[in-house]
Amino acid sequence: MLASAAGVCRVVFAAVGLYLAVTAAAHAVQPGERLADPGLESRARALSAELRCLVCQNQSIDDSDAPLAKDLRLLVRERLAAGDTDGQVMSFVVERYGEFVLLRPTFGLHTLLLWLAPALVLVVGIALASRTLRRSRSTSSAIAVNDERPLSADEQQRLDRLMRDV
Amino acid sequence: MIIEIGHFALVLAVVVATCQMIVPFYGAQVRDARLMAMAQPAAIVQVLLLMLAFLALTHAYVVSDFSVANVVQNSHSTKPLIYRISGVWGNHEGSLLLWVLILAVFGAAVAVFGGNLPLTLKANVLSVQASIAVAFGIFMLLTSNPFERVDPAPFDGRGLNPILQDPALAIHPPFLYAGYVGLSVSFSFAVAALIEGRTDAAWARWVRPWTLAAWMFLTIGIALGSWWAYYELGWGGWWFWDPVENASFMPWLAGTALLHSALVMERREALKVWTILLAILAFSLSLMGTFLVRSGVLTSVHAFAVDPERGVAILVIMAIFSGGALTLFAARAHELRQGGLFAPISREGGLVFNNVILTTATATVLIGTLYPLAAEAVGYKISVGAPYFNLTFVPLMVPLLLVMPFGPFLAWKRADLRGAAERLTVAAGVAAVALIVTFAMAHNGPWLAPVMLAIGVFVMAGAVSELAFRAKVGSASRDEVLRRFSNLPRSVYGTSLAHFGVGMMVVGIVGTSAYRSESVLVMKPGDVAEIGGYGLKFTGVTRQQGPNFSEEIGEFVVTRDGHEVIRLTPAKRVYNQPPQPTSEAGIHASWRGDLYTVLGDGQDDGGRVIRLYFHPLVRLIWIGALVMFFGGALSLTDRRLRVGAPSARSAPQGSLAPAE
Repeated sequence: MLASAAGVCRVVFAAVGLYLAVTAAAHAVQPGERLADPGLESRARALSAELRCLVCQNQSIDDSDAPLAKDLRLLVRERLAAGDTDGQVMSFVVERYGEFVLLRPTFGLHTLLLWLAPALVLVVGIALASRTLRRSRSTSSAIAVNDERPLSADEQQRLDRLMRDV
Repeated sequence: MIIEIGHFALVLAVVVATCQMIVPFYGAQVRDARLMAMAQPAAIVQVLLLMLAFLALTHAYVVSDFSVANVVQNSHSTKPLIYRISGVWGNHEGSLLLWVLILAVFGAAVAVFGGNLPLTLKANVLSVQASIAVAFGIFMLLTSNPFERVDPAPFDGRGLNPILQDPALAIHPPFLYAGYVGLSVSFSFAVAALIEGRTDAAWARWVRPWTLAAWMFLTIGIALGSWWAYYELGWGGWWFWDPVENASFMPWLAGTALLHSALVMERREALKVWTILLAILAFSLSLMGTFLVRSGVLTSVHAFAVDPERGVAILVIMAIFSGGALTLFAARAHELRQGGLFAPISREGGLVFNNVILTTATATVLIGTLYPLAAEAVGYKISVGAPYFNLTFVPLMVPLLLVMPFGPFLAWKRADLRGAAERLTVAAGVAAVALIVTFAMAHNGPWLAPVMLAIGVFVMAGAVSELAFRAKVGSASRDEVLRRFSNLPRSVYGTSLAHFGVGMMVVGIVGTSAYRSESVLVMKPGDVAEIGGYGLKFTGVTRQQGPNFSEEIGEFVVTRDGHEVIRLTPAKRVYNQPPQPTSEAGIHASWRGDLYTVLGDGQDDGGRVIRLYFHPLVRLIWIGALVMFFGGALSLTDRRLRVGAPSARSAPQGSLAPAE
């Protein structure tokens, strides 16, 4: 169990419907880790927020106290200090740890549904809503037309027959 | 012995629920009033039996009866009384018992307060409600029995995770369950309506108070969890888009949508089919929230396989209720006649817009939460975290928030958009001032932040404008305005208050997300640091012994403009059982924002790692939630809902009829 890494990760404590994201101390970056250049450091922080602490439950390396998260933070800073762009750092990390490390998956065939679903639902929702609106308006006008149309000869005959039967 | 009584009461409750499920349902089919009448006493007996069972388990926790397996696994004799009690629902088995108890309470409430319901509807609702209790009861007895004994009894228990030993978290689950389970009532009403094949405005009016109550509990439950995360998790994060959080957020989103669509149905007999579907979906999401979190599926698909008995049972229950209700919906929905016509620009149109956005938002959270599981099942391992949700969910909220203040100004059927916009001129002006001030004051933070902040202010000001407009502020005499204010229906105040709360929450979220400042440093006693306009002098660390933990307490003298404001004492605790460290932040709250201090580890040179944060406006998040809660409460006490059964549409309503 991940919970054995007590006090290291924010571990989801499985409780019914509970919002129990359990941690002991989720504050990560140690004073010694930081880069001297504030620009580089803030880039490092931004990248860290996008990278998953691999041994934790849904926690970025920026939030995690796990040793592995610390290694990753140092790695990110190392690459930045070496002059990598943000993109280069990310692809370096993904090459080593796989796409699992990204908290925001890349857009691709395997994540097509993930990225397109919100837009798809929105479009379908709007389409359904406008169809309902259109239909309600067309039925209202249809009723109006029906009201004014006289009965056809056939209908009149049937009505007469019914009236006679009564 | 007491435990056996509790166990027996649980079994008996399941038997009673089974009768309540079958007899009134059959009675409704054959129109036998006596059989239908059985539902009411059954619902009351059921709640009494479950209360007995719950008290029996609580007693075992309070007296630390370690011959009960559940107590051994989750309690410890040195735990303070309040956490021994909250330990009852701090675990799978006990929380299921609380869930079923609350379910029965809601069922009994329908039985007692539903005196004006048509006999068959009431019988069917209580029958469906009982069927949920039966499913859960059997699940509990077969796979998750809290009353199981251990022999021989161990000397002491294993304790409760210390991070859960917290006042806010002690009361968080009951609120959340009351919310989840409250949605079961609208579900039961929806299924009953489908069984009968008819719904009308009266149906919506009966359902709305239950949905509103559930929504209020969910709001508070989620806010409590978020607040706890804020002060307990160590740096002031208040929402992580964690699957566990999402599990409670989805029913809230769907419940919010339901609240608004039921309004259209109640007033205009439109959106019937959609409202029924939403009621089914909202409770299905509650079921998912209740179950999936516990089953371990959210950690990994493979965790599911570790405990297949529970996992499969969970899937079966979900399939029966959600699947069954949806099948019934598919078969019967076309029989529900649609009423009320309306133009796109109208109150109904605004509420449809609300529903489209909220449903899309719910779907987004659902897909983001479940996608990694689905991907893992077919061999991909990917993560979906906060950055995904920020990119998809947040943009959806912008149009919703912008349209929100317009809603209550729109007339039913056909509305005048320009008139509504004119009435919001003042609100827009206030928002513009907020925009300019924020731009002038904020030196850092993303450029979009002032815009988002202004949108929050617009929502708040819009809510106030609505009340002012209804009371004719500015156009009528002072006495007339006061008279109008006191005559406004409570539901109008409720809507306005709830919308105001949403605006507050937006302002708080933007404030703390965009303008948070932090400083991580090593301090020695006597060192001084500055953040958020405060000066902090570190005086040192002392050691202390708590009831079931030992702690190190750091002390800061906090000054502002040279004057001492407060002394903050962040601490690091190590609990005895289980031995686990926690961090207790030292927080100073003000309207401007929170000063947040955290004590870190000692360094070799005698210094301490200290983390200082300033979270601007962060309190507004939870105050906003509270305001939303009270808005709901005010609406709930409105005469129309109190009186209950709607009389035939008698009193003619003006074009600006009460919103709720």
